[in-house]
Amino acid sequence: MNMSAGHEIILKLEDVSKVYAGTVAVKQANFEVRKGAVNVLVGENGAGKSTLMKIIAGVEQPTAGRILLDGKEVSFSSSGDAVNRGIGMVFQELNLFGNMTVAENIFATREITNRFRKIDRKEQERRASEFIDRLEAGIRPDMLIEDLRIGQQQLVEIAKAVSLDARILIMDEPTSALSAAEVEILFKVIADLKARGVAIVYISHRLEELIRIGDYITVLRDGRITGQEDVKNVDTQWIVRQMIGSDAKDFAKADGHVPGEEIFRAEDICLPRATGGLAVDHVSLSLRAGEILGIYGLMGAGRSELFDCIMGRHGHASGKIFIEGIHIRERDTTRRIRRGLALIPEDRQREGLVSILSVASNLTLASLSRFVTLFHIRGSAERKAVAQMVRELAIKVADPAQEVSSLSGGNQQKVVIGKALLTGPKVLLMDEPSRGIDVGAKADVFRTMRKLSRDGLGILFATSDLDEVMALSDRIAVMSNGKLTGMFDRAEASEAAIVAASALGHGPAHLAPAHGKQNR
Amino acid sequence: MTDIPARAALSSASSGSALLTLMKLRTFIALIAVLVFFSIAAPNFLSAANLILMAKHVALNAFLAMGMTFVIITGGIDLSVGSIVGLCGMVAGYLVLNGIDLQIGYTIYFNVVEIALITLLVGILIGAVNGLLITRLNVAPFIATLGVLYVARGMALLSSDGRTFPNLIGKPELGTTGFGFLGAGRLAGLPVSIWMLIVVALGATYLARYTPLGRHIFAVGGNERAARISGVRVNMVKMFVYMFSGFCAAIVGLIISSELMASHPATGESFELNAIAAAVLGGTSMSGGRGTIGGTIVGAFVIGILSDGLVMMGVSSFWQMVIKGLVIIVAVVVDQAQRRLQQRVTLMQMAKAG
Repeated sequence: MNMSAGHEIILKLEDVSKVYAGTVAVKQANFEVRKGAVNVLVGENGAGKSTLMKIIAGVEQPTAGRILLDGKEVSFSSSGDAVNRGIGMVFQELNLFGNMTVAENIFATREITNRFRKIDRKEQERRASEFIDRLEAGIRPDMLIEDLRIGQQQLVEIAKAVSLDARILIMDEPTSALSAAEVEILFKVIADLKARGVAIVYISHRLEELIRIGDYITVLRDGRITGQEDVKNVDTQWIVRQMIGSDAKDFAKADGHVPGEEIFRAEDICLPRATGGLAVDHVSLSLRAGEILGIYGLMGAGRSELFDCIMGRHGHASGKIFIEGIHIRERDTTRRIRRGLALIPEDRQREGLVSILSVASNLTLASLSRFVTLFHIRGSAERKAVAQMVRELAIKVADPAQEVSSLSGGNQQKVVIGKALLTGPKVLLMDEPSRGIDVGAKADVFRTMRKLSRDGLGILFATSDLDEVMALSDRIAVMSNGKLTGMFDRAEASEAAIVAASALGHGPAHLAPAHGKQNR
Repeated sequence: MTDIPARAALSSASSGSALLTLMKLRTFIALIAVLVFFSIAAPNFLSAANLILMAKHVALNAFLAMGMTFVIITGGIDLSVGSIVGLCGMVAGYLVLNGIDLQIGYTIYFNVVEIALITLLVGILIGAVNGLLITRLNVAPFIATLGVLYVARGMALLSSDGRTFPNLIGKPELGTTGFGFLGAGRLAGLPVSIWMLIVVALGATYLARYTPLGRHIFAVGGNERAARISGVRVNMVKMFVYMFSGFCAAIVGLIISSELMASHPATGESFELNAIAAAVLGGTSMSGGRGTIGGTIVGAFVIGILSDGLVMMGVSSFWQMVIKGLVIIVAVVVDQAQRRLQQRVTLMQMAKAG
């Protein structure tokens, strides 16, 4: 552990352990946070990263060990304590009030008031826009959180943490919902904070990202710290080795099978936006059996909305879809699923899972009719299908009767995929299938995609991860501002061309047109 | 994981789950507690006649509570059940006494079975109105059923100008006799209403456990968006639960007017609150997704036996209300404690699974 002493240590954990009623989440961790640097923390899901961060942020109290802030021992009894001492945190799960505006969220619990204790909305919005504008995401401070997309919400969360003026800022997977362009903006913000001497603790699953912006890296495995290094001395292989104990391949290799006949076609899909204009703008595409078509695009490009239209989730969408050449006239989700479409939604918690039901009930939720005679669910048939899916997708679960919320993110994602597969789909729509899951589970998901395409399914998958779309797709479609702006065969696709296509139509006029002045 | 923490986790997990089991059975334990208490404190409490009488009282609330349970599991609420009880009683009474005047000099009189079926249909239709308001017009369940509460009660009062339909004995020459069977009849020693409760309860339990519709009810309450994306016909599920609730209320309307051999338009006032109380006491979560028919029926028995037992002991009805309220609050507090414990146990299971 030969850390260069280039940066001053601001926070130090000494032999910190956290025991949850009989299990040890963190074991004698020694962790140093350095000023004016990005301190990266990495590890698979369940390795104890979040617990460690919650200890620093005062959300959890350590069972044993000491926390030294500026060399003095401290103990935080609540997150408020930590905030008062200049520690801010961007949580992985969004902690925003959907029914309030962006400005109200940023200043929640520290509202700016005038002399009469009345909230000064104008001033709040002005101050909020200082932080928001830096993120260049086209968010206005008077927008309601629930009207924003997840990626934009994440940016608000970041703006909120930045506005705290923290000395130590913890970011738990801040980029998991961001597109390449927004990641760049976030990195600029981070560089800015670094220059101001803020210590940043950064957690992410995207290893290239860590190498790019990290200064110091700490790897956790099973609650133990297995490696600590200067980032300039390490590479991705090293990180992966420390994380899972051996080298791992990121993407399943293509097997060279040739796609078959056209299995799916969308013609002229349009979806009006509530605020005017089109969220999906005359999109047509076609997909062959056994083909993986990646749809790349920035946040708000209309990928998720396109999937929603295809699934029949918007009654006011127009356009035609065909499966195996047959025009699908059914407009509701239920019957479209029956015709062979299945969607794996982007937001697992809100749209993918019924978290209080069991793993088994979630798996069969979309395909119950397969196990029914007359109106009776045949328990044995259902159990058999569940057991088979658990095996095929390598879902780590002791008992399928367990609540699905007890699984790790990666396994939950596998349950969502299993649910879609049990409907016997011909066309699978996957919206950000690898979002927020660890390296091992990602590899499993990608392997599954390969296998399904070999079995003749057509797969449409949306992603904002350039590596992913390049590595997995047979063809790459690019969307921007609701339009299809590019279609490449893998052989001729270049990252530069894809990125260029994804930026079409994203002029400055697109950013916050109603917000008269962009004072920057 | 090394051996020692693993074992420690195991033992604390098992003590946790023992407590958890105890908490899950809380309503049942409460039932036994009230039974034991009153059999000591109230003379004649355990006599067969009294037990059957109490069961008949409880059955009325239990029917409503079952319908309410499904509604609450989907994340809704049905405040209109008490009014549906009243209106359905009036419908039955009106049909027994007056039949339907066809305005062309003829009047159709129905026999008792037909009257019962028509009354049930009226209950289901009012439930359908609730469902349509909620699914098609996007009215919040609380408001929609509150509106229907007033409308149905008003219609019940209008049907007789506020008067009671007395003497529902019927006339042999019109074939309308035998209405008293539902309320006073017995089969194999048990009152008919108890038999009906058993049949409906078994049916509802089967529905909840072994049919796609039952699974969908839980899914809608657990996460409506996810259910919709999974192809669950959310609107149909909601329509069903309100119609089933209306059906249960109609049964109660029939039984009460049959027991009294009269229909009074104010029958069933505030019954909806008792039904909600029974469902909550039985472990139904007001936020949706959780609940069982069995739990609800046990809950209805606890509430029913508590109030009947207190009456037998001569406790004032004012105190009865206080005690009932406290029992409900305690039930919910224990429910919350169980949730937290459940989460802890789940966490430990996760940790064990690695």
